[in-house]
Amino acid sequence: MSLKLGVPSKGRLMEKTFAWFAERGVQMARTGEAREYAGAVDGVAGVELVLLSASEIPRELAAGRIHLGVTGSDLVRETLADWQAQVWELAQMGFGHADLIIAVPQAWVDVDTLDDLDAVAAAFRAEHGFRLRIATKYHRLVRDYLRAHGVADYQLVDSQGATEGTIRNLTAEAVADITSTGETLRANHLKILRDAPVHCSQATLFAARAADWSGAAPALRALAAQLGVAVPEGLSGD
Amino acid sequence: MTQADALAATLLAEMQDAGAVPVAADILQPAETLLDLYGEDIRARAYVTHDPDLGEMMLRPDFTVPVVQAHMRGGAEPARYCYAGPVFRKQSGGRAREYLQVGYELFARDDPARADAEVFALFARLLAPYDLRPVTGDIGILKAAVAGLETSIERKSALMRHIWHPKRFRALLERMGGRGPLAEARAELVSNLRAARAEALIAEAGQMVGLRSADEIGARIATLLHDAEAPPIPREQVQALERLLSLAAPARAALGGMRARGWAALAPALAPALDRLEARLEALDAAGVDTAHLPFEASFGRTTMEYYDGFVFGFLPARGDLPPVATGGRYDALTAVLGQGQAIPAVGGVIRPALLEALT
Repeated sequence: MSLKLGVPSKGRLMEKTFAWFAERGVQMARTGEAREYAGAVDGVAGVELVLLSASEIPRELAAGRIHLGVTGSDLVRETLADWQAQVWELAQMGFGHADLIIAVPQAWVDVDTLDDLDAVAAAFRAEHGFRLRIATKYHRLVRDYLRAHGVADYQLVDSQGATEGTIRNLTAEAVADITSTGETLRANHLKILRDAPVHCSQATLFAARAADWSGAAPALRALAAQLGVAVPEGLSGD
Repeated sequence: MTQADALAATLLAEMQDAGAVPVAADILQPAETLLDLYGEDIRARAYVTHDPDLGEMMLRPDFTVPVVQAHMRGGAEPARYCYAGPVFRKQSGGRAREYLQVGYELFARDDPARADAEVFALFARLLAPYDLRPVTGDIGILKAAVAGLETSIERKSALMRHIWHPKRFRALLERMGGRGPLAEARAELVSNLRAARAEALIAEAGQMVGLRSADEIGARIATLLHDAEAPPIPREQVQALERLLSLAAPARAALGGMRARGWAALAPALAPALDRLEARLEALDAAGVDTAHLPFEASFGRTTMEYYDGFVFGFLPARGDLPPVATGGRYDALTAVLGQGQAIPAVGGVIRPALLEALT
């Protein structure tokens, strides 16, 4: 059985993934027509390329339908409960950098840190009768982060896009979102809290614990040797 | 009927023999009440669903809230209730998402020490056949210690709010003692805020967006500047509180220790809370519990049981790292919140029969 490797199906993430593998002697290419999601791998035997949306790769890894997958570390942590029980992290690939941060209005001159946000949340609840709203699509990551830091009296509201606009629209008081340059935040009169980001994401090569490794293990060993990454301990299939 | 069902039925019958009236609760509960009480964390732990007419609903994560609500709608006093049924919690790994809880709740205005002892002694008796390790604690002592700190009301209420979040509590205490990274960040913020008048700072910072108004920002700036003038919490008080938090000893020895040792810094404020602990230990002795050997841990219940505000207890498997088989405590403040002005002192606890089954 061949080793199924899931990679992002379009855009810069796909190009940079192809380039990363190419630098290590593994050539990947889309095959067929431009709109056809099929691909081929050269340089290692027994590897099958599966082109997928980056956001679907965590789920496919968890289900074991692909053996390896390239996607953002933020998506794996957000999508998968107890992610370390479901995937192995093989390599951080050094591109696709983005930070998940918490931002508040620039006019909040009394807020620099989470410590301040927590105090403001208590006062806000007393003043307005409901909990301070943080708009995000990264519910698991943000909730775990705020719980770990003991922040109380907030609520998460779901925002799947244009998150920075929720504050102006009075549907949230703060946002938690991905940023690489911070320009959109500044344009919306927001500033980032000074604490360490919720998560520093980058493109990462993962291996699925649930995949059927019998038959695929030799291909993985060959690929791992070519890429210069370690084969995870505990991988069965021998 | 599974063995856990049979155990639940037996426990429920014994609770009825002890004088409790069996009550039922809906599995579908309005999410808003629970979210308001427990905060965002409950969303990570409970199953939330949506009803087209009723809005967000939750699969009951525990019985306490609906039982208190039912009592508030016109229960006689004093009242003893018992119940058995499934509760639903999100879990990771192989732990049960749906499991039985059997519970006992006592609402009584008189003699809280005796009520605490009644519930604990009942649980101790019901659980006696199993190899369990009891633990007790008292959130009331922690609250009294915070109230006794020589510092402003604002600082005390910030600490009170975070009694259940040990990491933030420690960080706040450190900042209020004038030490650590938070104190440095705060000093920098205050120095920036002193540079100009609040209105000028806000106007200069950027366009005003969102619901939080300039007045609210101005009010917090005033609070911050005022707080910066207050002296740090005295070092010996911080240390006394930290020692208190790490106290673990048999209950009688713990009481003696808290009365005798070098906690003079907190002692006057602690005295009434220690009197309540002593009264409880007397009542426990009278109910046949050996308080000379009963474990007491001052921080027990801080991370898992947010609504308990006095006596807390748990029964843990003597071996391994299994979750507690039973937990309980006093939750007077919760009844005040749910009763919208009315309140009734309450103490109770729950047992998980499936975990008992695993021990047999």
